[in-house]
Amino acid sequence: MDSAFIIEKSVFIVAIFAVTMIMAMYSTWAERKVAAYLQDRVGPNRAGWGGLLQPLADGMKLFAKEEFFPNTPNRFLFIVGPAIAMSTALMTSAVMPWGDKLEIFGRTVILQATDIDVALLYVFGIISVGVYGIMIGGWASNNKFSLMSSVRAASQMVSYEIAMGLSIIALLMMTGTLSLKEIAAQQAGMNWNVFYQPVGFLIFLICAFAETNRTPFDLAECESELIGGYHTEYSSMKMGFYLFAEYANMFISSAILAVLYFGAYNYPGMQWMVDNVGVNAANILGIVVLFIKICFFIFFYMWIRWTIPRFRYDQLMHLGWKILIPLAIVNIMVTGICILVFK
Amino acid sequence: MSPVLITFYFLAAFTLATAFLTIYSKNPIHSAIYLVLCMVSIMGHYLLLNAQFVAIVQLIVYAGAIMVLMLFTIMLMNLNKEDEVHKPRITRLGAIVVFILMSMVLITIFINSKTIMGEYDSTGEDFQSIKVLGKVLLNEYMVPFEFASILLLVAMIGTVLLTKKEKDQK
Repeated sequence: MDSAFIIEKSVFIVAIFAVTMIMAMYSTWAERKVAAYLQDRVGPNRAGWGGLLQPLADGMKLFAKEEFFPNTPNRFLFIVGPAIAMSTALMTSAVMPWGDKLEIFGRTVILQATDIDVALLYVFGIISVGVYGIMIGGWASNNKFSLMSSVRAASQMVSYEIAMGLSIIALLMMTGTLSLKEIAAQQAGMNWNVFYQPVGFLIFLICAFAETNRTPFDLAECESELIGGYHTEYSSMKMGFYLFAEYANMFISSAILAVLYFGAYNYPGMQWMVDNVGVNAANILGIVVLFIKICFFIFFYMWIRWTIPRFRYDQLMHLGWKILIPLAIVNIMVTGICILVFK
Repeated sequence: MSPVLITFYFLAAFTLATAFLTIYSKNPIHSAIYLVLCMVSIMGHYLLLNAQFVAIVQLIVYAGAIMVLMLFTIMLMNLNKEDEVHKPRITRLGAIVVFILMSMVLITIFINSKTIMGEYDSTGEDFQSIKVLGKVLLNEYMVPFEFASILLLVAMIGTVLLTKKEKDQK
């Protein structure tokens, strides 16, 4: 392991961290702008041009607010809750392929922090641990509403994880690998997985909404029933971490959707670009294309949020257990038959 | 000392400490959280052995699924110190007997097991890759694998049946 390799990876990891944070920051701005657009309002426009400095102003406000602690015997767990939520939201980006490769000073730089054999399972593992942030925080708040909310969030995430995993199995049967890098590379040209796995994509999309606690699945922070949900007792930057973690999760799950089903960094004519314009230019364009896809999915999340009202809790459980799981199993069987017949 | 050895000692100490704290903490939620940490540190042991797949499955199944459900139930029950059932003396006696029997088995295993003296030979095959694992599992260990899956299926049907029956009696 030479020092250049360590420098390269460190720079790359810091860059991913910065990009995730900036994307999460500007998602809050975009959310307000999209909401305003859909409701025929103007949205934030005071701080900076078009309200572009609004996220910074919000951050300043959260930092400057009073640190309030509820009357809880579990002060430590109360602090740990948002920390877990934030760190698990950031950990998933380690295995994401952000692009193919670049050639800098004669070195081939793979645009991925690490390419492990079980990348997709790693993502699932981190997602399943992420629920502890909400559960521990909600419980340590020593508040019945927070506890109800965290219990809701936990049962929702556990139920939708099953359908999510089953929808991925059908995809894995096609790709034959768990490495996100290879899945991305297999979709070169217009060979996007969404054309082969439309049902799987739909199930995965719905489950991604549920896993990130976004409307119509945001039962955990249902204001009319639970005040503010699991972060009722939180204030200042701890509250900011919870809100930020949600947007970071949204960014990461959009990235997963783009990588798994929408061809990752591939775009039509990429091979032509590599041959005629150069590897670097083609792959930088690939990164841009990936970010356009991610931004589209982030917009999609917001679009849904301001269009569809929230479910009732029994409807949510009904959808998860009685519709999505059987549908995912049927999808696996149909995929298996298709692979047997056509290959 | 090599970095691997240092990591191992650190992980082993962490695993043992969290396992003891699981038993000794008064608050059931704290116990559950210590158990989660214990599970995650066992994942670290698997990673040290270069078994990526087993490590990730440990994280998903134990830390991600089983412990979430356990924590969930404990939170819903909201156990207090007053609720703690007083254990009769016979239970404690039974626990001691079981512990002694269990330690006898473990001690015999440790005495009889031989330490690996020979060098590891490199077969050129990447045994941590899931492709190799899948091939071994579905060729050499096909029958036990199928039996395990049938066992899981039966357990699942049993669970559904138990919840159904309760509904009918009401």
